[in-house]
Amino acid sequence: MTYFSESHEYVRVEGEFGYVGISDYAQKQLGNIVYVDMPDVDDDVEVGEVFGAVESVKAASDLLSPVSGTVVEVNESLEDSPELINQDANENWIIKVKLSDPSELESLMDEDTYNSKNQ
Amino acid sequence: MNNKLYDRLIFELSSPGRVGYHLPKNQFPHHELRKDVSRTKAPALPECDEMTVVRHYTNHSGNNFGVDNGLYPLGSCTMKYNPKINEEAANHPAFVNLHPLQPASTVAGAQALADELKKMLCEITGMGAVTLKPCAGAHGELTGLMIIRGYHESRGDFKRTKVLVPDSAHGTNPASAAVCGLDVVEVKSKEDGTVDVDDLATKLDDTVAAMMMTNPNTLGIFEHNITKIVEMVHKCGGLMYYDGANLNPLLGVCRPGDMGFDVIHLNLHKTFSTPHGGGGPGSGPVGCRKELESFFPTVNPYQGNFLVEMRAWAYILSLGYEYIKKVGPTATLNASYIKAKLQDVYELPIKGLSKHEFVFNGLTDKSTGVTTMDVAKRLLDYGYHAPTIYFPLLFHESMMIEPTESESLESIDGFVAVLRKIAEEAKTDPELVKTAPHNAPISRVDDVLAAKNPVLTYPENP
Amino acid sequence: MHPFFPQTSDDIKHMLDVIGIESVDDLYKDVPDNVRLKKDYDLPSSQSEIEIRRKLAEFGKLNKQLVCFAGAGAYDHYTPAVIPQIVERSEFLTSYTPYQAEISQGTLHYIFEYQTMMARLTGMDISNANMYDGSTATAEAALMAVASTKKTNKVILSDGIDPKVKEVVKTYAHFHGLELLSLPTVNGATDFSALDETLAQGGVAGLIVQQPNRYGIVEDYTGVADRCHAAKALLIINSVAADLSMLKTPGEWGADIAVGEGQSLGIPLSWGGPYIGYMCTTEKHMRKMPGRIVGQTVDQDGKRAFVLTLQAREQHIRRQRATSNICSNQGLMALWVTIYMSLMGPQGLKEATQMGCDGAHYLHDQLIATGHFCDAFPGQEFLNEFCVKYDGDLAALQEKWVENGFMGGVAISDDTVMFAVTEQRTKEEIDQLVALIS
Repeated sequence: MTYFSESHEYVRVEGEFGYVGISDYAQKQLGNIVYVDMPDVDDDVEVGEVFGAVESVKAASDLLSPVSGTVVEVNESLEDSPELINQDANENWIIKVKLSDPSELESLMDEDTYNSKNQ
Repeated sequence: MNNKLYDRLIFELSSPGRVGYHLPKNQFPHHELRKDVSRTKAPALPECDEMTVVRHYTNHSGNNFGVDNGLYPLGSCTMKYNPKINEEAANHPAFVNLHPLQPASTVAGAQALADELKKMLCEITGMGAVTLKPCAGAHGELTGLMIIRGYHESRGDFKRTKVLVPDSAHGTNPASAAVCGLDVVEVKSKEDGTVDVDDLATKLDDTVAAMMMTNPNTLGIFEHNITKIVEMVHKCGGLMYYDGANLNPLLGVCRPGDMGFDVIHLNLHKTFSTPHGGGGPGSGPVGCRKELESFFPTVNPYQGNFLVEMRAWAYILSLGYEYIKKVGPTATLNASYIKAKLQDVYELPIKGLSKHEFVFNGLTDKSTGVTTMDVAKRLLDYGYHAPTIYFPLLFHESMMIEPTESESLESIDGFVAVLRKIAEEAKTDPELVKTAPHNAPISRVDDVLAAKNPVLTYPENP
Repeated sequence: MHPFFPQTSDDIKHMLDVIGIESVDDLYKDVPDNVRLKKDYDLPSSQSEIEIRRKLAEFGKLNKQLVCFAGAGAYDHYTPAVIPQIVERSEFLTSYTPYQAEISQGTLHYIFEYQTMMARLTGMDISNANMYDGSTATAEAALMAVASTKKTNKVILSDGIDPKVKEVVKTYAHFHGLELLSLPTVNGATDFSALDETLAQGGVAGLIVQQPNRYGIVEDYTGVADRCHAAKALLIINSVAADLSMLKTPGEWGADIAVGEGQSLGIPLSWGGPYIGYMCTTEKHMRKMPGRIVGQTVDQDGKRAFVLTLQAREQHIRRQRATSNICSNQGLMALWVTIYMSLMGPQGLKEATQMGCDGAHYLHDQLIATGHFCDAFPGQEFLNEFCVKYDGDLAALQEKWVENGFMGGVAISDDTVMFAVTEQRTKEEIDQLVALIS
């Protein structure tokens, strides 16, 4: 199940883990992504707090975590190939988080609601 | 300007053993610096003879375009003529060799000149005191906000941490506020481009440190509610900050101090004709009401960019009171004329009066697919610099045009004719415009590659 | 008419007709009457070039040209004749920030050369396009350290840092909400014995030291970088740029950020400005560095070209989320020092620094030999600047020097004075300076 935040991040939940990235809509708005600023493994993230940033040539967007938890993995392939997000934003998550409070998911949008809001 | 790129880097002209210097014979006994604090290897700097260096940089200058080459309608940058007497003043041998810590008695002339400039700037802005220390506009903004915070802190008022900034403001305003440790709250613009007073009212409380305003704003529109805005902000205990980026059109018309502003910064490299130098050195003097003078912070150890200040001094003297007052009206006349001549082919999103600059939202006819970027690049082919583009952010295809008072009617007519021709080309041959420039030293650059794979230095062993 | 205003009355009439208004004043109808300027500015009347020259000459006569033995951050180095001639070229002088890369390759090329030269001089990976001056560069380095490290708001400043630089750092720190800690000096040099303890307080983003320090002393930073890094703090070294032609580089000491004043690279004293601040860092910290940066790329035809890059760091994009508000630099001064380094090369730069070093040691020995001076910090290594104590009335002696056309150092206390010597000073000048001591 994938959930979306107002600030265009998604979290795809698989068991106790969530894969966090930016929506396809967000990558289109940014244009050619040239850099992804990611946290370190073991860093704690909090819902609504900045955990990194995505940069295109003429824009920069802070990444706000849709969930709280601990970063267990970062998508290292984005270090050399940030354009992967442009190619497939859903497939190319940015961080993998061990969720500390799954109840937070209730305040996020499901895919249909998000898509109907951002067309 | 070159229409073919001179593309060498100085490192590619280097040959071991060549020298471009000649020093006197060393008359002193040799002191050997201790090995453990000495560098192990000499820096790999170029080794070139003098003429090679001279030709290299002379040829590079040909890849550049300056105000001396042609019309430079860069909005909010005030690319006016940079008089040559300014340069002569700044190179005067009686001033260039003064050490900044020389005793006051030996720098009385420099001090007198700086004092005279301060007095002139106070008079022009209606302020009670001026500091010349800030080295650029952004540096001035930061200094001004520090004065404001210092003032509030001195009254034991530590809760004032908010700075109100209109959404049309230059990006430096919010950035300066953040560096100064203040929170930015954006104030909305109305459809006519001026500050929405009702929105402002909802944001005023006892946490407001200041409101920053550019007037005329970045759309070139005079904030006609200025008296009311000042009153509202003052009433809640906040101070008014004037961003001097757009002071030029007000010379001879009104003074920030008379509008009620408490703190201002100026850009000597805009309003007062000092050269932009490819990005500096500028100078960003800050003025304030007399009673705020004691809050001037130390942002530079000396007197700022003194030689730049000398240029502004020479400029103000050249014009004198008789001609300074013509600057604003003439700059506004030039801009309004261009606007009148082009508003049938370029989209004018906000009608009505504007001052020294105005904003088009791209071509009126959007069906050709030709963007503001394309028009800007095509202008380069015709020997003009581009306007400021994609700013302000209020419109998608912003094109901000500021001709300044320096341009003659013939020069402006030439610019107008070219912009009309480009509008025509957009219809008849859009590809030509979309692939411009064709006549510049290089074609459009791949800035995605530059940002994705940053190459910021020349490799030592290429 | 005036030479800066080309509009004749016919031109103005024509323009007003096109706009469809009667007078220029109609363009200001929206300016409320209560804020209108209703009198002439109280300014001098318009002056011709002849008159401006006259005025400059009058002011100029009030300045006294001194043979300079002062430093303390600003040094009387030689300026090759080539530099002002090239820098004054209109195409460089009157252009703006190189946003339109296609017609700004001249500026972009020299900034790229500047970045390369500064990186090589400091032994760091990369450089930005420059900062206002050494003091603001140091303050920005403190902000950058905090932005680059997690959960920090403290920066340690060595007492060996020039108090003038410190004052500016303090200003920025106060308003930005940084806490400044300090490390003391012993016999003039930074004492690192309390470093680990200070770092252990936690929340420390970095340590800033100055080389040579405020007294001209060349400090030893063996092990300092490792100790900082063990506490996840950055090491920031501030140096006078030209001195790095001989000194162990910030890169060799393991610094994360190298900053300082670049005036020593051939820029005239200019009563304090314009100068140039430099800032270099490692690749790791590249994206937190403030200021303009130029990068290499290609144009659509595949030709090598240069462009402003990594702009997502900057104020015009990040607005209030930017870590610095700087949006210009000292542009032309980068060209100035780039030409300087191109002419001097590795050999000339070192030769000039060595001459200043040798001259300073000669002056030092001559002063000690008078019997009236002694070392303020005995046994410390110095390059071209040093502190000595005087056994008489220092203020009176300095005044006597001024009367005789010398700036005899910078007093750092009632009895201690700091002298600097550059390649411009001759043995005769030093002997004359010393001969005036009674």
